[in-house]
Amino acid sequence: MDSEKIIEIEDLSLAFGGIQALNGISTRLMKGELSAIIGPNGAGKTCLLNCISRFYTPQKGRVIYKGDDITHLPTHAIAKLGIARTFQNIELFKGMTVLDNIKLGRHTFLKSGIFSDIIYYGRTIREELKLRKEIEEKIIDLLEIEAIRKQVVGTLPYGFQKRVELARALAMRPEVLLLDEPMAGMNLEETEDMARFILNVNSMWGVSIILVEHDMGVVMDISDHVCVLEFGRKIAEGPPADIQKHPQVIRAYLGEDQKTHSRL
Amino acid sequence: MPAGLFHENYRNDERIFQTCFVKAWLIAFLIACALFPLIGSKYMISIMTEVGIAIIACHGLNILTGFTGQISLGHAAFVGVGAYTCSILIGQGAPFIIALPMAGAMAALVGMIFGIPSLRLRGLYLAIATIAAQFIIEFTIRRWDSLTGGVEGMYVEPGTLGPFHFDNRLQLYYLTFVLAVAATIVIKNIVRARSGRAFVAIRDRYLAAEVIGVHVFKYRLMSFAVSSFFAGIAGALLAQYLEVITHESFTIHQSIDYLAMCIIGGLGHVLGGIYGVGFWFILERILEVVTTNLNTAFPDHITWFVSIKEIVFGCVIVLFLIFEPDGLAARWRTIRAYWKLWPFSY
Repeated sequence: MDSEKIIEIEDLSLAFGGIQALNGISTRLMKGELSAIIGPNGAGKTCLLNCISRFYTPQKGRVIYKGDDITHLPTHAIAKLGIARTFQNIELFKGMTVLDNIKLGRHTFLKSGIFSDIIYYGRTIREELKLRKEIEEKIIDLLEIEAIRKQVVGTLPYGFQKRVELARALAMRPEVLLLDEPMAGMNLEETEDMARFILNVNSMWGVSIILVEHDMGVVMDISDHVCVLEFGRKIAEGPPADIQKHPQVIRAYLGEDQKTHSRL
Repeated sequence: MPAGLFHENYRNDERIFQTCFVKAWLIAFLIACALFPLIGSKYMISIMTEVGIAIIACHGLNILTGFTGQISLGHAAFVGVGAYTCSILIGQGAPFIIALPMAGAMAALVGMIFGIPSLRLRGLYLAIATIAAQFIIEFTIRRWDSLTGGVEGMYVEPGTLGPFHFDNRLQLYYLTFVLAVAATIVIKNIVRARSGRAFVAIRDRYLAAEVIGVHVFKYRLMSFAVSSFFAGIAGALLAQYLEVITHESFTIHQSIDYLAMCIIGGLGHVLGGIYGVGFWFILERILEVVTTNLNTAFPDHITWFVSIKEIVFGCVIVLFLIFEPDGLAARWRTIRAYWKLWPFSY
C-alpha cells in the first residue's frame, strides 16, 4: 500500500456551548486505505466527519487534505476537491428520480451554464449524454440498481435509498469517501451487499474511505485501520487485530467485567 | 413508461417525447391554438392572450417556488417592473425587439436584488421578505411620477416588430402564443439540465446540496433571476395588452393569484403553470356566467353575489391543498398511469 497520507487531522477540537464534542483529535487516512472510526453513541464520530466535510468549523486544529489546509473552505468547495460523503440519516433529494440524484453528484464537475441549459444544446447535451453513459455503465452497474433508476427516491425502501446515496457520492468521482453508518438498519443480506460494494469501490476505484459504523463484525472484517473515539477523545488507533485486544476499547464498549462476551 | 418501448441509446432515452403518439397530440394541440383565432370571437382572443401572459408569469413563479422551493409573494411586482420597463423604453423610442428582452433583464436584476435575503431566510420568512419587495416596487411605481406617471398610470405605445403591430389584438395573440410555447420549452430544458437539478436539490435538501458542491446562494439568486425574467416578459406583454398601466395591475392580490394558479396546476411540474392557468380562467368564465344569471334571476339581491368569485376561488385553493397538494399535473399523471394498464391493473 502507498504510504502517502491523503487526509491528516491535527489536534481537532469542537465545542457546542459547554459540550466538548471533539477534544484534540489527531488521526490520518492513508491513500487507498479503508479506515474505520468506531465508538459508543455520542463519541463524536459524525462530528469528525462533519468537520472534514465542512458542516462544522472546529475551534481548534486543522484538517489537511493532500497537504493543503481545508479547515476554512466553504462547504460547497469541498466536493470539488474530491471528498464525497453519505449521511447517517439519508439526505437524498426525495422528489427526484434515482438517476437525477446520481447526476447531481457530478454537479461541480459539469460546466454547462444556465444559458446553454435553456436551449439544451451544444455543451449541455454533450455533457448530459456523457454523464448518463458514465453513470449507467460504472455506477448503476456496480451498485446493482438498474431496476429502480427511473423511480422517485422518496418511494424507495430504505436499503435502496442507502445504495442510491452511495451512488450519488460515487458520481462525484471521489478520492476520499466518508461513509456515515452505511449499514445502519440493514438486514444481514443487505449489509453483506453493502460491504461488498464498499470493498469494490476501495479496491477497484482506489478510493480511500473513512467508515463510521456500529456493526463491529463488518468493521473488523473490512477495514485496514481502526480509530476508536470515546467522549470526543481518541482512545486507540491501529489495525483491527490490535484494537480488538485493546483494554481501553473493551472497557469503553463493554464495561470492566464482561470481557468474555466481547463481540469485538 | 409505455409497454414495449425499448431504447438502444441514451440519447433516445433522454428525449422529452418518447413516443410518436405524444408528439402527435402535442402538434395537434399547437395547431389548434394557432388556428383558434379563425373561429374565436374577439373577446375569446383577448382572453386567450391573457391566458398566455399568465402562463409565462406562472412558469416563472413555478421555477422559483415550485422547483427551487422559495415562496414568493411579490411576483406581480416583478411583472410590473417588466411592464413599466418595456413601456418606458418604447416611449423613449426604443424598438420593441430590444424593449422586450430589456424588460426581462430589468425584472431579473430587480428580482436578484430582492433575492439577496434568501441567503439567510427561507420558508415563511423569505415569503415575508418578498412581500416587502412587492410593497417597495408598488410604492416606487406610485410615487415616481416623472418616470411612471404615478397613480394615474401611463399610456403604453404599441410595439412594432417588422410588419407586426401589437395594437392589433390578433398579432398580440400570436406573439404571446409563441412566447408562451418558448417559455415552456425553456423551463423544461432548465429542469432536465444541470441548473434545474441544482434548483430541485436546493428545494429538497439544501444541506445535502451544499455537500455535493452546489453553490446554494448562487443558484437561489439564479432562480430569482430566471423567475423574474419570465415575469418581466409577461409584464411587457401585459402592458401591450392593457394599453394603459397603473400600479393597480400589479398588486399583492395579483401575486397571490399567480401563486394560487401554480398550486392548482402543480408546483414543481413543468406543465403545472399551464394546467393551473387553464383551470383558473375556465373557472372564472363559468363563475361570470353563474353570477350574471343569478343577478338576472334575483335582481333584488345583487349584493349577495358580488363576492361569489372570491369565495369559490378560496374554496378551490383549500380543496386543492387538502386533496391534491401536487396539483392538476399530479392528478393527470395518476389518471394516465391508470389508463395505461387498464383493464389489467398489474
